[in-house]
Amino acid sequence: MNSVIKGASYVLAHTPQMVFYNGTTQTTEKVVNPESEYLKAIDSHLRTYEEAVSYWPNQVYIGNAHPDDLAEVAFPYYDKAKEGAERYGKYGEIMPEEEFLLLAQTVDVFEVVKLDKDFVAAHKDAFAADPIITEDIVAKIEEGIDAEEIARLVSEEHAEGLYHAGKLVGCVKRAHDIDVNLSAHVMHENIMSKATSVLALLYGVRNAGIDKADIEYVIDCAEEACGDMNQRGGGNFAKAAAEIAGLVNATGSDTRGFCAGPSHALIEAASLVKAGTYKCVAVTAGGCTAKLGMNGKDHIKKDMPILEDCLGGFCVIIAENDGVNPEINLDIVGRHTVGTGSAPQNVIGSLVADPLEKNGMKLTDIDKFSPEMQNPDITKPAGAGDVPLANYKMIGALAVKRGELDRKELANFTKDHGLTGWAPTQGHIPSGVPYIGFAREDILAGKIKNAMIIGKGSLFLGRMTNLFDGCSFVIQANTGAEDNSGVSEEEVKGLIAKAMKDFAASLLAE
Amino acid sequence: MDLENQKRVKEFAEEYGPENVVVVLGAAEGEGAGLAAETVTAGDPTFAGPLTGVQLGLTVYHVCEEELKAEFDPDVYDEQVGMMEMVLDLDDIAGEMSAIRDDFCKFL
Repeated sequence: MNSVIKGASYVLAHTPQMVFYNGTTQTTEKVVNPESEYLKAIDSHLRTYEEAVSYWPNQVYIGNAHPDDLAEVAFPYYDKAKEGAERYGKYGEIMPEEEFLLLAQTVDVFEVVKLDKDFVAAHKDAFAADPIITEDIVAKIEEGIDAEEIARLVSEEHAEGLYHAGKLVGCVKRAHDIDVNLSAHVMHENIMSKATSVLALLYGVRNAGIDKADIEYVIDCAEEACGDMNQRGGGNFAKAAAEIAGLVNATGSDTRGFCAGPSHALIEAASLVKAGTYKCVAVTAGGCTAKLGMNGKDHIKKDMPILEDCLGGFCVIIAENDGVNPEINLDIVGRHTVGTGSAPQNVIGSLVADPLEKNGMKLTDIDKFSPEMQNPDITKPAGAGDVPLANYKMIGALAVKRGELDRKELANFTKDHGLTGWAPTQGHIPSGVPYIGFAREDILAGKIKNAMIIGKGSLFLGRMTNLFDGCSFVIQANTGAEDNSGVSEEEVKGLIAKAMKDFAASLLAE
Repeated sequence: MDLENQKRVKEFAEEYGPENVVVVLGAAEGEGAGLAAETVTAGDPTFAGPLTGVQLGLTVYHVCEEELKAEFDPDVYDEQVGMMEMVLDLDDIAGEMSAIRDDFCKFL
């Protein structure tokens, strides 16, 4: 039987200081043009925590509003606050930077994260008050060290600084003196990814209504690599995060595929459960510090706040068919293969039209498509356009070319079968998966009957191939008793009865 | 434009001579196409990549512009670009591209 989507979580960590100190647009600028006007302007363009919380797309991400609500909000979004915005949502939360730094310290098991003891004392209670943070995690908080020692580690030992409200409050030390793969920079990046993944896992378990011990396998599909100089991407973020989240019965592994990683990981998870290898699998990913403020130059040029100031994380729990939750239909899986080619219509054809055609379906048979769900508020000012809308136009245009849609209907198609983008531009985070939580609920509520999740990845960025990549799958309402993978007792009885009737009829005829 | 791509464009221009290089873009938006075109003609407007302050003045077109479309086998073009032609704002792209070419291209 197909596996089901038991629940999903979506979390954000508001990290404005990391925009300045760790986002690659900014760190590159510091190398190339250290006195630039851009660097000087960043501080005044960073949002406060309250501003980030009341930002419409962020509220949608954590589940406090539906993408359909966002579609009704006049564009742009950055100058409008959502009334009644809250830190916590049904899918997760938006964690403030000071608490996130404490979380980062608790997920570190090699004593590389060091915080100022005054900072710890000031924020420990707030961190512990977060309902999702368990006592065993709170117990991992260290007392902290002197501010002078942190300053020394940063200035003399190549430690990566951790900042809050413009002040140095901690650091991530290098984990090896020579090994670049264990440098403070890499450790910082990996620990922040791990911390957001842990947060997502905790909410994933809660939202699925399962016990932590139920999870047998975790797949991490972020875009970071952990390892040392002898095995640069050895892994395993999945198990490392599972340990902190308390998933005692789980092992796991990392799946990578740039932004397509989550879709690959979900197809793998659904296959593992359908095959019976594991009963319950968590697919998780943490955020990416490097991408913070990626389009900051364009945002500042247009006198907007820097909108890429949050790390994202998500978790999807895939479990055995419970007869209720929506299923991942593994009969409809799209793949961009080595031979597919890179022309947009080949890409959309392979990911969307081909798998549907194989199953006797048309593009218009899918109620909602969830491709790259980037928030257009971030991408449009940077000249990258409205990414989801561009995808919907391509899918619609392909439907027209295939004779499945009248050209006049193209505009309606993008509206009826599309969604307004809301996800932060954290690479793998916006890639198809942000809608899974809503899709599950919309299908359960009978609002839609199915949705196609599409992940795409720019493999050429790794300089190992010029190829592009992608894969897709369909989530549909639970088919319950319609399972055709085996023959039920009823069906066997029916078959025997029919055979006997036929035999009796043949005897009578003779 | 991606820093590595800037480096490659610069290397091609040095290897073959800037007058012999044509850059073909596939950007989805007029603004994005314009920025890339500006990068390979007047230099990197973001002052981040190898083309910062380098005015190559290369000939640059978007694949959906009529001048370039005329160079293709129509069947191949329809197969490779036909769908995107339906999707993109061709006038916006052509407007941005010709403005950049008029201002900065040295070889037309």
